[in-house]
Amino acid sequence: MNITARFTALALPALLAGSALLANAPALAAGAASAPAVSDANIFNRNLKKDAEVNPPPWEDGIHDPENEATHALQPPKEAYAGLPTTTFGNHIDWVKALDDGLLRPRWDRINSNEEPFVMDLDIVRPVKASMPDVVFPHRQHTEWLFCSNCHPAIFVPQKGANQISMSAILLGQKCGVCHGKVSFPITTASCKKCHSKAKPEGWSPPLSDATLKNPWK
Amino acid sequence: MSPKIERKHPVNALILGLLVSLGLWIAPQDSQAEYADVVINNYADAAGMRPAVFPHWFHRIRFRCKVCHADLGFQFKAGGNKITMAKIIDGQFCGACHNGEIAWSVENCAMCHSGIPGTPTHFHGSTLQRLIAPAYKPLDTKETAGVKYDENNQKK
Repeated sequence: MNITARFTALALPALLAGSALLANAPALAAGAASAPAVSDANIFNRNLKKDAEVNPPPWEDGIHDPENEATHALQPPKEAYAGLPTTTFGNHIDWVKALDDGLLRPRWDRINSNEEPFVMDLDIVRPVKASMPDVVFPHRQHTEWLFCSNCHPAIFVPQKGANQISMSAILLGQKCGVCHGKVSFPITTASCKKCHSKAKPEGWSPPLSDATLKNPWK
Repeated sequence: MSPKIERKHPVNALILGLLVSLGLWIAPQDSQAEYADVVINNYADAAGMRPAVFPHWFHRIRFRCKVCHADLGFQFKAGGNKITMAKIIDGQFCGACHNGEIAWSVENCAMCHSGIPGTPTHFHGSTLQRLIAPAYKPLDTKETAGVKYDENNQKK
Protein backbone atom coordinates (compact mmCIF):
# COMPACT_ATOMS: atom_id res chain seq x y z
CA MET A 1 0.00 0.00 0.00
CA ASN A 2 2.68 2.36 1.10
CA ILE A 3 4.93 1.45 -1.81
CA THR A 4 2.13 1.81 -4.35
CA ALA A 5 1.22 5.21 -3.01
CA ARG A 6 4.84 6.32 -3.18
CA PHE A 7 5.16 4.98 -6.72
CA THR A 8 2.08 6.87 -7.87
CA ALA A 9 3.29 10.06 -6.25
CA LEU A 10 6.64 9.84 -8.02
CA ALA A 11 5.65 8.32 -11.33
CA LEU A 12 2.54 10.30 -12.17
CA PRO A 13 4.20 13.73 -12.42
CA ALA A 14 7.14 12.16 -14.25
CA LEU A 15 4.80 10.51 -16.76
CA LEU A 16 2.88 13.77 -17.23
CA ALA A 17 6.10 15.72 -17.76
CA GLY A 18 7.34 13.08 -20.20
CA SER A 19 4.18 13.15 -22.28
CA ALA A 20 4.24 16.94 -22.28
CA LEU A 21 7.82 16.82 -23.57
CA LEU A 22 6.93 14.41 -26.33
CA ALA A 23 3.88 16.40 -27.32
CA ASN A 24 5.65 19.78 -27.35
CA ALA A 25 9.07 18.93 -28.68
CA PRO A 26 8.27 17.82 -32.25
CA ALA A 27 5.89 20.73 -32.77
CA LEU A 28 8.47 23.23 -31.53
CA ALA A 29 11.25 21.61 -33.53
CA ALA A 30 9.15 21.68 -36.69
CA GLY A 31 8.18 25.32 -36.04
CA ALA A 32 11.76 26.42 -35.55
CA ALA A 33 13.13 24.49 -38.52
CA SER A 34 10.69 25.57 -41.24
CA ALA A 35 10.23 29.19 -42.35
CA PRO A 36 7.04 30.91 -41.10
CA ALA A 37 4.26 30.50 -43.62
CA VAL A 38 2.53 33.84 -42.91
CA SER A 39 4.57 37.03 -43.15
CA ASP A 40 4.68 39.39 -40.16
CA ALA A 41 3.29 42.07 -42.49
CA ASN A 42 -0.02 40.21 -42.51
CA ILE A 43 -0.62 39.90 -38.80
CA PHE A 44 -4.05 40.60 -37.35
CA ASN A 45 -4.85 43.93 -35.69
CA ARG A 46 -1.61 45.51 -36.88
CA ASN A 47 -2.54 48.98 -35.62
CA LEU A 48 -4.68 48.04 -32.63
CA LYS A 49 -3.22 49.43 -29.43
CA LYS A 50 -4.52 47.83 -26.28
CA ASP A 51 -3.62 48.61 -22.72
CA ALA A 52 -1.72 45.66 -21.31
CA GLU A 53 -2.68 46.64 -17.78
CA VAL A 54 -4.74 49.54 -16.51
CA ASN A 55 -3.73 51.67 -13.52
CA PRO A 56 -0.33 50.04 -12.89
CA PRO A 57 1.77 51.28 -9.95
CA PRO A 58 4.18 54.15 -10.77
CA TRP A 59 7.30 51.93 -10.80
CA GLU A 60 5.80 49.77 -13.58
CA ASP A 61 4.05 52.43 -15.66
CA GLY A 62 6.84 53.20 -18.12
CA ILE A 63 7.19 56.93 -17.46
CA HIS A 64 8.34 56.92 -13.82
CA ASP A 65 11.95 55.90 -13.29
CA PRO A 66 11.97 52.72 -11.14
CA GLU A 67 15.59 53.47 -10.19
CA ASN A 68 14.43 56.62 -8.43
CA GLU A 69 13.78 55.60 -4.81
CA ALA A 70 10.99 58.15 -4.30
CA THR A 71 9.04 56.56 -7.17
CA HIS A 72 8.29 53.71 -4.78
CA ALA A 73 6.85 56.15 -2.21
CA LEU A 74 4.20 57.38 -4.66
CA GLN A 75 0.67 56.05 -4.22
CA PRO A 76 -0.39 53.35 -6.71
CA PRO A 77 -3.61 54.51 -8.45
CA LYS A 78 -5.47 51.24 -7.77
CA GLU A 79 -5.18 51.85 -4.03
CA ALA A 80 -6.94 55.21 -4.39
CA TYR A 81 -9.57 53.89 -6.82
CA ALA A 82 -10.95 51.16 -4.54
CA GLY A 83 -14.74 51.53 -4.39
CA LEU A 84 -15.03 54.17 -7.14
CA PRO A 85 -17.42 53.59 -10.10
CA THR A 86 -15.64 52.34 -13.22
CA THR A 87 -15.83 52.95 -16.98
CA THR A 88 -14.03 51.33 -19.92
CA PHE A 89 -12.05 54.35 -21.12
CA GLY A 90 -9.66 57.03 -19.86
CA ASN A 91 -8.30 55.88 -16.54
CA HIS A 92 -11.34 53.64 -16.13
CA ILE A 93 -12.94 55.72 -13.36
CA ASP A 94 -16.28 57.53 -13.72
CA TRP A 95 -15.19 60.72 -11.98
CA VAL A 96 -18.51 62.55 -12.46
CA LYS A 97 -20.47 59.69 -10.93
CA ALA A 98 -17.97 59.36 -8.09
CA LEU A 99 -18.50 63.04 -7.26
CA ASP A 100 -22.31 62.79 -7.61
CA ASP A 101 -22.38 59.75 -5.33
CA GLY A 102 -20.36 61.59 -2.71
CA LEU A 103 -17.45 59.14 -2.91
CA LEU A 104 -15.04 62.03 -3.46
CA ARG A 105 -14.90 65.34 -1.69
CA PRO A 106 -12.41 67.46 -3.68
CA ARG A 107 -11.94 71.01 -2.46
CA TRP A 108 -13.40 73.93 -4.42
CA ASP A 109 -11.02 76.28 -2.61
CA ARG A 110 -7.32 75.73 -2.06
CA ILE A 111 -7.57 76.17 1.73
CA ASN A 112 -11.23 76.21 2.81
CA SER A 113 -12.62 72.67 2.54
CA ASN A 114 -16.19 73.86 3.27
CA GLU A 115 -16.56 76.14 0.25
CA GLU A 116 -19.22 74.92 -2.18
CA PRO A 117 -18.95 75.11 -5.98
CA PHE A 118 -20.94 77.59 -8.06
CA VAL A 119 -23.07 75.08 -10.00
CA MET A 120 -25.12 76.10 -13.04
CA ASP A 121 -27.73 73.59 -14.26
CA LEU A 122 -28.24 74.41 -17.96
CA ASP A 123 -28.23 71.94 -20.84
CA ILE A 124 -27.19 73.19 -24.27
CA VAL A 125 -28.47 71.15 -27.24
CA ARG A 126 -26.27 71.28 -30.32
CA PRO A 127 -27.89 69.88 -33.48
CA VAL A 128 -25.58 67.66 -35.51
CA LYS A 129 -25.68 67.82 -39.33
CA ALA A 130 -24.86 64.16 -39.87
CA SER A 131 -26.70 61.08 -38.65
CA MET A 132 -25.17 60.99 -35.17
CA PRO A 133 -27.58 61.84 -32.34
CA ASP A 134 -27.56 65.52 -31.33
CA VAL A 135 -25.17 66.68 -28.65
CA VAL A 136 -26.36 67.70 -25.21
CA PHE A 137 -23.81 69.73 -23.26
CA PRO A 138 -24.61 69.65 -19.53
CA HIS A 139 -23.32 72.67 -17.62
CA ARG A 140 -24.03 71.02 -14.28
CA GLN A 141 -21.37 68.29 -14.43
CA HIS A 142 -18.86 70.79 -15.78
CA THR A 143 -19.47 73.49 -13.19
CA GLU A 144 -19.10 70.91 -10.40
CA TRP A 145 -15.42 70.81 -11.37
CA LEU A 146 -14.65 74.01 -13.25
CA PHE A 147 -15.18 77.76 -13.04
CA CYS A 148 -16.86 79.80 -15.84
CA SER A 149 -13.57 81.49 -16.75
CA ASN A 150 -11.92 78.15 -17.50
CA CYS A 151 -13.91 77.86 -20.74
CA HIS A 152 -15.47 81.30 -21.39
CA PRO A 153 -14.64 83.20 -23.46
CA ALA A 154 -11.24 81.78 -24.52
CA ILE A 155 -12.36 78.28 -25.58
CA PHE A 156 -16.10 78.78 -26.10
CA VAL A 157 -17.75 82.14 -26.88
CA PRO A 158 -20.81 82.27 -24.60
CA GLN A 159 -23.19 82.96 -27.47
CA LYS A 160 -25.52 80.71 -29.45
CA GLY A 161 -24.13 79.76 -32.86
CA ALA A 162 -20.75 81.36 -32.25
CA ASN A 163 -18.78 78.14 -31.79
CA GLN A 164 -17.83 75.86 -34.66
CA ILE A 165 -17.03 72.46 -33.21
CA SER A 166 -15.94 69.41 -35.17
CA MET A 167 -14.74 66.00 -34.11
CA SER A 168 -11.42 66.54 -35.88
CA ALA A 169 -10.86 69.72 -33.85
CA ILE A 170 -11.64 67.80 -30.66
CA LEU A 171 -9.31 64.94 -31.60
CA LEU A 172 -6.54 67.48 -32.20
CA GLY A 173 -7.02 68.96 -28.73
CA GLN A 174 -9.16 72.03 -29.47
CA LYS A 175 -12.62 73.01 -28.09
CA CYS A 176 -13.91 70.08 -25.97
CA GLY A 177 -10.58 68.37 -26.73
CA VAL A 178 -8.73 70.80 -24.47
CA CYS A 179 -9.82 68.43 -21.66
CA HIS A 180 -11.66 65.50 -23.31
CA GLY A 181 -8.98 63.18 -24.63
CA LYS A 182 -6.41 64.44 -22.16
CA VAL A 183 -7.84 64.33 -18.65
CA SER A 184 -11.63 63.94 -18.84
CA PHE A 185 -13.19 61.02 -20.71
CA PRO A 186 -11.58 60.50 -24.14
CA ILE A 187 -13.09 59.89 -27.58
CA THR A 188 -13.49 56.17 -28.06
CA THR A 189 -16.24 54.08 -29.63
CA ALA A 190 -17.54 53.40 -26.14
CA SER A 191 -17.89 57.09 -25.21
CA CYS A 192 -19.60 58.62 -28.32
CA LYS A 193 -23.04 58.43 -26.72
CA LYS A 194 -22.02 60.32 -23.62
CA CYS A 195 -22.25 63.54 -25.70
CA HIS A 196 -24.29 62.39 -28.70
CA SER A 197 -27.21 61.57 -26.46
CA LYS A 198 -30.35 63.21 -27.91
CA ALA A 199 -32.19 61.16 -30.54
CA LYS A 200 -32.90 62.83 -33.89
CA PRO A 201 -36.48 64.09 -34.37
CA GLU A 202 -39.05 61.61 -35.71
CA GLY A 203 -38.74 61.18 -39.47
CA TRP A 204 -35.26 62.71 -39.70
CA SER A 205 -33.07 61.44 -42.51
CA PRO A 206 -29.48 62.43 -43.31
CA PRO A 207 -29.13 65.23 -45.90
CA LEU A 208 -28.00 64.00 -49.33
CA SER A 209 -24.61 65.14 -50.56
CA ASP A 210 -24.23 67.39 -53.61
CA ALA A 211 -22.51 64.53 -55.40
CA THR A 212 -25.74 62.57 -55.12
CA LEU A 213 -28.14 65.44 -55.87
CA LYS A 214 -26.21 66.58 -58.95
CA ASN A 215 -25.26 63.11 -60.15
CA PRO A 216 -25.50 63.34 -63.98
CA TRP A 217 -25.76 59.55 -64.37
CA LYS A 218 -28.68 58.94 -62.05
CA MET B 1 19.98 32.90 -36.95
CA SER B 2 17.72 30.62 -34.88
CA PRO B 3 19.52 27.53 -33.55
CA LYS B 4 18.72 24.42 -35.50
CA ILE B 5 16.71 22.02 -33.39
CA GLU B 6 16.68 18.31 -34.08
CA ARG B 7 14.13 15.86 -32.82
CA LYS B 8 16.88 13.97 -31.00
CA HIS B 9 17.02 16.70 -28.35
CA PRO B 10 13.47 17.34 -27.16
CA VAL B 11 14.77 18.96 -23.95
CA ASN B 12 16.56 21.64 -25.97
CA ALA B 13 13.33 22.30 -27.85
CA LEU B 14 11.41 22.57 -24.61
CA ILE B 15 13.95 25.01 -23.15
CA LEU B 16 13.82 27.09 -26.34
CA GLY B 17 10.03 27.06 -26.21
CA LEU B 18 10.08 28.20 -22.60
CA LEU B 19 12.55 30.98 -23.41
CA VAL B 20 10.47 32.14 -26.38
CA SER B 21 7.27 32.26 -24.35
CA LEU B 22 9.10 34.07 -21.54
CA GLY B 23 10.47 36.52 -24.12
CA LEU B 24 6.98 37.21 -25.47
CA TRP B 25 5.69 37.70 -21.96
CA ILE B 26 8.29 40.26 -20.94
CA ALA B 27 8.63 41.90 -24.37
CA PRO B 28 8.66 45.71 -24.15
CA GLN B 29 5.17 47.21 -24.44
CA ASP B 30 3.91 50.77 -24.76
CA SER B 31 4.22 52.62 -21.48
CA GLN B 32 1.01 52.12 -19.50
CA ALA B 33 1.17 55.12 -17.22
CA GLU B 34 -2.00 56.60 -15.85
CA TYR B 35 -4.27 58.47 -18.29
CA ALA B 36 -3.61 62.21 -17.89
CA ASP B 37 -0.23 61.95 -16.18
CA VAL B 38 1.80 64.93 -17.41
CA VAL B 39 5.55 64.69 -17.96
CA ILE B 40 7.14 68.15 -17.71
CA ASN B 41 10.62 68.38 -19.13
CA ASN B 42 10.98 72.03 -20.15
CA TYR B 43 14.23 72.50 -18.24
CA ALA B 44 14.76 69.44 -16.00
CA ASP B 45 16.96 67.29 -18.27
CA ALA B 46 19.12 70.27 -19.19
CA ALA B 47 19.63 70.98 -15.48
CA GLY B 48 20.62 67.38 -14.75
CA MET B 49 17.37 66.42 -13.03
CA ARG B 50 14.85 63.73 -13.93
CA PRO B 51 11.76 65.21 -15.65
CA ALA B 52 8.83 66.01 -13.32
CA VAL B 53 5.72 63.80 -13.50
CA PHE B 54 2.41 65.38 -12.49
CA PRO B 55 -0.30 62.82 -11.57
CA HIS B 56 -3.63 64.43 -12.47
CA TRP B 57 -5.67 61.62 -10.85
CA PHE B 58 -4.08 62.08 -7.43
CA HIS B 59 -4.83 65.80 -7.43
CA ARG B 60 -8.39 65.62 -8.78
CA ILE B 61 -9.36 63.37 -5.89
CA ARG B 62 -8.39 66.20 -3.54
CA PHE B 63 -9.10 69.38 -5.54
CA ARG B 64 -11.53 70.39 -8.28
CA CYS B 65 -10.03 71.54 -11.59
CA LYS B 66 -10.97 75.13 -10.69
CA VAL B 67 -8.43 75.42 -7.88
CA CYS B 68 -5.37 75.04 -10.11
CA HIS B 69 -6.75 76.04 -13.50
CA ALA B 70 -8.71 79.13 -12.44
CA ASP B 71 -7.27 80.27 -9.10
CA LEU B 72 -3.60 79.37 -9.58
CA GLY B 73 -3.41 80.14 -13.30
CA PHE B 74 -2.25 76.80 -14.71
CA GLN B 75 -2.85 76.87 -18.48
CA PHE B 76 -4.51 73.82 -20.08
CA LYS B 77 -1.30 72.86 -21.88
CA ALA B 78 1.44 70.39 -21.02
CA GLY B 79 4.66 72.34 -20.65
CA GLY B 80 2.80 75.60 -21.32
CA ASN B 81 3.25 77.04 -17.84
CA LYS B 82 7.04 77.45 -17.84
CA ILE B 83 7.25 76.34 -14.22
CA THR B 84 10.63 76.81 -12.54
CA MET B 85 11.80 76.02 -9.00
CA ALA B 86 12.26 79.76 -8.39
CA LYS B 87 8.56 80.35 -9.10
CA ILE B 88 7.58 77.37 -6.92
CA ILE B 89 9.50 78.62 -3.86
CA ASP B 90 7.90 82.03 -4.44
CA GLY B 91 4.51 80.37 -3.94
CA GLN B 92 3.45 80.25 -7.58
CA PHE B 93 2.11 77.17 -9.42
CA CYS B 94 2.89 73.97 -7.42
CA GLY B 95 4.31 76.19 -4.66
CA ALA B 96 0.83 77.46 -3.75
CA CYS B 97 0.27 74.15 -1.94
CA HIS B 98 3.64 72.37 -1.91
CA ASN B 99 4.98 74.67 0.78
CA GLY B 100 4.97 72.42 3.84
CA GLU B 101 1.54 73.72 4.93
CA ILE B 102 -1.06 72.23 2.57
CA ALA B 103 1.19 69.59 0.99
CA TRP B 104 4.75 68.41 1.44
CA SER B 105 7.46 70.91 0.71
CA VAL B 106 10.04 71.30 -2.08
CA GLU B 107 12.90 69.49 -0.37
CA ASN B 108 11.34 66.23 -1.59
CA CYS B 109 12.92 66.74 -5.01
CA ALA B 110 12.60 63.17 -6.24
CA MET B 111 8.87 62.88 -5.52
CA CYS B 112 8.12 65.07 -8.56
CA HIS B 113 11.38 64.64 -10.45
CA SER B 114 10.71 60.95 -10.89
CA GLY B 115 10.40 60.54 -14.67
CA ILE B 116 12.66 58.44 -16.86
CA PRO B 117 15.46 60.78 -18.05
CA GLY B 118 14.97 61.96 -21.62
CA THR B 119 11.16 61.63 -21.61
CA PRO B 120 9.80 64.64 -23.52
CA THR B 121 7.08 66.95 -22.19
CA HIS B 122 3.74 65.32 -22.98
CA PHE B 123 0.25 64.47 -21.83
CA HIS B 124 0.27 60.75 -21.26
CA GLY B 125 -2.39 58.64 -22.97
CA SER B 126 -3.99 61.61 -24.77
CA THR B 127 -6.15 60.96 -27.81
CA LEU B 128 -3.60 62.82 -29.93
CA GLN B 129 -0.90 60.48 -28.67
CA ARG B 130 -3.03 57.43 -29.45
CA LEU B 131 -3.93 58.44 -33.02
CA ILE B 132 -2.51 55.86 -35.38
CA ALA B 133 -1.43 58.24 -38.13
CA PRO B 134 0.68 61.22 -37.07
CA ALA B 135 -1.55 64.26 -36.53
CA TYR B 136 0.99 66.59 -38.15
CA LYS B 137 4.04 66.44 -40.36
CA PRO B 138 7.34 68.07 -39.50
CA LEU B 139 7.88 71.29 -41.45
CA ASP B 140 9.90 70.96 -44.63
CA THR B 141 12.56 73.52 -43.77
CA LYS B 142 15.67 74.52 -45.69
CA GLU B 143 17.75 72.23 -43.48
CA THR B 144 15.56 69.17 -44.02
CA ALA B 145 14.42 69.74 -47.63
CA GLY B 146 15.83 67.16 -49.99
CA VAL B 147 17.96 65.42 -47.34
CA LYS B 148 17.83 61.64 -47.66
CA TYR B 149 18.75 59.15 -44.97
CA ASP B 150 20.19 55.67 -45.40
CA GLU B 151 19.14 52.63 -43.40
CA ASN B 152 21.50 53.60 -40.56
CA ASN B 153 19.85 57.02 -40.20
CA GLN B 154 22.93 58.72 -41.64
CA LYS B 155 22.58 61.59 -44.12
CA LYS B 156 23.35 60.46 -47.66
